[in-house]
Amino acid sequence: MSTITEIAILVLAAFVGFEVISKVPNTLHTPLMSGTNAIHGIVLLGGLLLMHEAHGVLEHVLLVIAITFGTINVIGGFFVTDRMLEMFKRKPERDQVTAPEPERVEAGSGEQGGRP
Amino acid sequence: MISSTVFLQRTNFIDALYIVAFSLFIYGMSGLTGPRTAVRGNKIAATGMAIAVIATLLTPHVLRGSATPWLIALGLVIGTAIGLPAALNVRMTAMPQMVALFNGVGGGAVALIAWVEYRHRFLSGTSFWAEKSEIPTLFAAIVGSISFWGSNIAFGKLQTVLPGRPIKLPGQAVINLCLLVIAVASAVVLAAGTHSQALFILGILVAAALLGNMIVLPIGGADMPVVISLLNAFTGLSAAATGVALNNTAMIVAGMIVGASGTILTNLMAKAMNRSVPAIVAGGFGGEVAAPARGELEHRPVRSTSAQDVAIQLSYAHQVVIAPGYGMAVAQAQHAVRELEKALEAKGVTVEYAIHPVAGRMPGHMNVLLAEADVPYDLLKEMDEINPEFPRTDVTLVIGANDVTNPAAKDEPGSPIYGMPILEVNESHSVIVLKRSMASGFAGIDNPLFYDPKTAMLFGDAKASVTDITREVQAL
Repeated sequence: MSTITEIAILVLAAFVGFEVISKVPNTLHTPLMSGTNAIHGIVLLGGLLLMHEAHGVLEHVLLVIAITFGTINVIGGFFVTDRMLEMFKRKPERDQVTAPEPERVEAGSGEQGGRP
Repeated sequence: MISSTVFLQRTNFIDALYIVAFSLFIYGMSGLTGPRTAVRGNKIAATGMAIAVIATLLTPHVLRGSATPWLIALGLVIGTAIGLPAALNVRMTAMPQMVALFNGVGGGAVALIAWVEYRHRFLSGTSFWAEKSEIPTLFAAIVGSISFWGSNIAFGKLQTVLPGRPIKLPGQAVINLCLLVIAVASAVVLAAGTHSQALFILGILVAAALLGNMIVLPIGGADMPVVISLLNAFTGLSAAATGVALNNTAMIVAGMIVGASGTILTNLMAKAMNRSVPAIVAGGFGGEVAAPARGELEHRPVRSTSAQDVAIQLSYAHQVVIAPGYGMAVAQAQHAVRELEKALEAKGVTVEYAIHPVAGRMPGHMNVLLAEADVPYDLLKEMDEINPEFPRTDVTLVIGANDVTNPAAKDEPGSPIYGMPILEVNESHSVIVLKRSMASGFAGIDNPLFYDPKTAMLFGDAKASVTDITREVQAL
């Protein structure tokens, strides 16, 4: 792909990003931030792409750390966002229940974001 | 380079997968516009990420070499083992530092990848990397390193491992400028063709690391929402730069979405505090008090009240607004507040919550804390929505909020927070402030609201006070 094409994608993506994100209400800004935070964990792909090119111990160690960091970012980010959003989703009728509700540990266990 | 058609087909297929991945990111994020679609949106984005990872692993040669798959698996497993329990166990009050930490590791990954790329490009002589990858790689190294160290300092401050007050060196601005010049100059020298790993490590990674520390250390706790947003934008942009260097469309699009989101939030937060981003980065605020104003106010009388009186006042009101602040979260009082709201609603009182954009330690933090306590989404009112309501409100209950209700922001041109938009609680018929003591807020500024004749103070732990009020309301 040519540099110009890539810069075009970059600029268009910035506009799309502004367009989409500016519609998010204040109320959901924390989940938005942790969700986008998870998305930049995509740098983990860089670690995957470079690993087979690596020479010597140093490069391998650096890349394993990079992949670890990226994975923490992706997995942690998506799961924590899911936990938060589940809280917003709860329906008003459940408010009638007077007994304290059990911890929702199962929240988010459906999606293994980013793990192959 | 591409000899067989099979290879060509495979790379086309992988490029197509990347397009699917980034489409899912955009579609998923657009789901965040409402609470009903948001959970699904996040899962869609996560699916996009899984597809991007699978596409990368399917790329020809990526798993070549006997150790490669194991090393990749090692990174993925350790990352999951650390990230997953952290995400599932973190308390909602600790969310800002969690996000700061996740942001930091993302920035760290960018910087490390840039380092390896640099070694390939300049040292190993592998001409796999195109000429154009130089500039994005150097950019990613600088910004990723700033983001990593800056986020770690922000984490330390939010976790109170480091003091929340600004830590400043003499001539801070000059030092910061010098570090920035060193980093940029080193990048220029390297891009011009100098082969020196020492220069890369010292001039780029270390200078940027120091700069990251220097930028965040002088920032006071009250400005944290802005800093976290800004660092988020930085990491996003550096990820996009890495994408350009590695010819990866999914990384470019994902990075730019994050960059856009971080930029929007940074501006919103700065606007909500009436501060400019450069002024915040230049440091100060938070802890530095306009001394004379404080001296005058300390001698003014304060009216204190009892839980019983508050209960009577609330029960006979038509409309009550609750203005929560971070103090409520610290006291873990959100569930007690929700009980009070229900008790009042049972008596026919209308109750709403007034949420300031910077209530809490990151954008939208207070909404998460209240949602955790099952407060219905429609009762959470944004500042612009609730401010016209205050003149019609009988009682406003301020729980652990301080600076965001400070009328000095409107009336006292000398105040450090003058011009910051506030919740105009002093417009309501009466105000009850629940507060531990007369200590000033996170920004360290005294609040004339407390001395207003309309205001009554109920001192004590927020949770205990709210529980007492609820019991009295129910007994009435």
